[in-house]
Amino acid sequence: MADEKITYAKAIRQAIVEEMHRDENIIVMGQDIRQSVWGVTTGIDNDFDMSRIYPLPISENGFCGVATGAAMTGLRPVVEFMYGDFLLLAMDAICNQAAKYRYMCGGGEFKIPVVFRVSGTGIGSGSGQHHAQYPESWVMHFPGLKIVTPSTANDAYGLMKTAIRDNNPVLFFEYKQLFGKFGTLESTEPIPFGKAKITKEGSDVTIVTYGTAAPKSLAAAQKLETEGIHAEVIDLRTIKPLDKECILKSVEKTNKLIIVEDSIKTGGVGAEIAAIAAEEAVGYLDGAILRVAGKDTSMPAGKMLEIQVVPSENDIIKAVKSLL
Amino acid sequence: MNNLTIKKITKQENCTTVDKATIVASMDKKTMMTIYRDMIRTRELDNGIEELLKRGESITQHSTRGQEATPIATIANLRKNDYVMPYHRGWGWAIGKGMNFKEIMAELINKKTGSNRGRGGPQLASWENRIMGRPGIQGAHLSIAVGIALSIKYRKTDEVVVCFFGNGSSNSGNLHESLNMASTWKVPVVFIVENNLYEIYEPITDTTSVSDIADRALGHGLEGTIIDGNDAFLVYKVVGEAIEKARRGEGPSLIETKTYRWMGHSSNDQRYYGGYRSKEEVDAWKEKCPISLMEKDLIAFGVATQAELDEIQKAAVEEKQAAVQFAIDSPYPEYEDLLTDNYADEKEGL
Repeated sequence: MADEKITYAKAIRQAIVEEMHRDENIIVMGQDIRQSVWGVTTGIDNDFDMSRIYPLPISENGFCGVATGAAMTGLRPVVEFMYGDFLLLAMDAICNQAAKYRYMCGGGEFKIPVVFRVSGTGIGSGSGQHHAQYPESWVMHFPGLKIVTPSTANDAYGLMKTAIRDNNPVLFFEYKQLFGKFGTLESTEPIPFGKAKITKEGSDVTIVTYGTAAPKSLAAAQKLETEGIHAEVIDLRTIKPLDKECILKSVEKTNKLIIVEDSIKTGGVGAEIAAIAAEEAVGYLDGAILRVAGKDTSMPAGKMLEIQVVPSENDIIKAVKSLL
Repeated sequence: MNNLTIKKITKQENCTTVDKATIVASMDKKTMMTIYRDMIRTRELDNGIEELLKRGESITQHSTRGQEATPIATIANLRKNDYVMPYHRGWGWAIGKGMNFKEIMAELINKKTGSNRGRGGPQLASWENRIMGRPGIQGAHLSIAVGIALSIKYRKTDEVVVCFFGNGSSNSGNLHESLNMASTWKVPVVFIVENNLYEIYEPITDTTSVSDIADRALGHGLEGTIIDGNDAFLVYKVVGEAIEKARRGEGPSLIETKTYRWMGHSSNDQRYYGGYRSKEEVDAWKEKCPISLMEKDLIAFGVATQAELDEIQKAAVEEKQAAVQFAIDSPYPEYEDLLTDNYADEKEGL
């Protein structure tokens, strides 16, 4: 299988379909789930009976409650959000209910094995304020959730398998800009949560990143390499659990830390990682911790405009050079 | 094409009556005595909680007093493996479905021996009794109930979910989302709305567009039913029919029971008698006490003797005393207990 190219969207689909064949308690739910705006589940009704496919109404909070109840009583729902932004409509069902239910009920048999596929996340369609945000950090605050942010087809495939098999609510982010990107699947095995991937080794600076910022961080690092600057790039893959060990070990080696994310800078994932480094690795740092992140602005509509408020490859290169 | 149609939809009411003697004749004595006993026990539990409050225990009390008939007579129709999604008004559902006084009281004052190991407090749950948790967010449980019903339908069993809520939660968007999905998918859930006429301190006329919450079923393709929620016999019969309909796979129902809470919304509410509600109004509803009503019926129909009923009362008081003492004597959870069970697999260690 190693040489066969597959898109990020098709890799997610393949993981879901394989898991559905393996376990008949897995159901898929989502608005336009059979047509599938992003092509992930298009035509899934050809593969499975409609008893396992639930087209959903425009009731985000309600259907996340439904998924929570179904998950509690034996099913393993995989629920699609058409756009990441729509998460805000379901914050109660996800963050107050699914996340806390087990704790609230005293643990034991209460388990919520549900995957919320936060699809269509970020820029890429120029759809503006309510269809292009990066909500990863909004949910990072809540104990009880796990958060997956894959940047490649291989990671999306392996992490989706883990997400479906997990006995907790998992938010699985899928990015508009990545759906069409090709990659190869390295294995049919699930990829464990909380294990970051060093996508490029280096000794001069550590770049920690995830999701859509990961490919451009790697591209920037490769350009820097031609100039003799050796950046190490860490793709977190899951931001909760967070592979703190990998980050700290790298900082110990490079003594410099930059966090790159497309999400808004204020209260972002980068802020959390910077704080961890400041608390636990300050002795190793010999420069400021920098965050290269989205601008503190509402997302403008239009592809020409949205691209300007998230970091570019050049922004990453400049940040690295400013530290050296 | 000059004849353009304008179609108006208006509410149609269809009232029927039922003879109480017929309902009584259709029930066995055991069921009737269980309903009576659990209503008495629910009232004693409320008494016990008030004793704990007077002792200064940290406790959130949403008194059941005056509303015992709806949850108890509803649940008398359920089997052990049927599910209950409870709501915040009182504890009738917990007692009716089989939780014991000790685990309830201990939980309410956050003791380790409580049903949820002390961390849930009023958010009582019991996996064993299929009481599926009581979220602190009003109306959040409605869609969870639909999800459980969906799972029942998927597994093709004849279990059902009963989901209680109040007139206040009927204003949440989640009700409409939940009724729509339950009705579309025809899943086995019976919604019971207890309309006690107030949304915390506000009369429903100030917050709610309809006086009959059952009207809200119509917009989602369901029939709404309205009954006296203080008559245990009527509740048992009408809800029982809805439950059987759900078991047969014929989909959800919504039943509104008209009732009244004697006490405040919670133990913090000191204005419930002569404040935002007139003393005359409260007193008039106390005349319609569900327990006194059933007591009279049980004797009038020759089902039980006063001596049998007195015995039930006596046993409930003893059960309450033992549970109050048990709760007080129980330890609090260890500090470490407060940090566990955020995840089903602790080894993940986030």
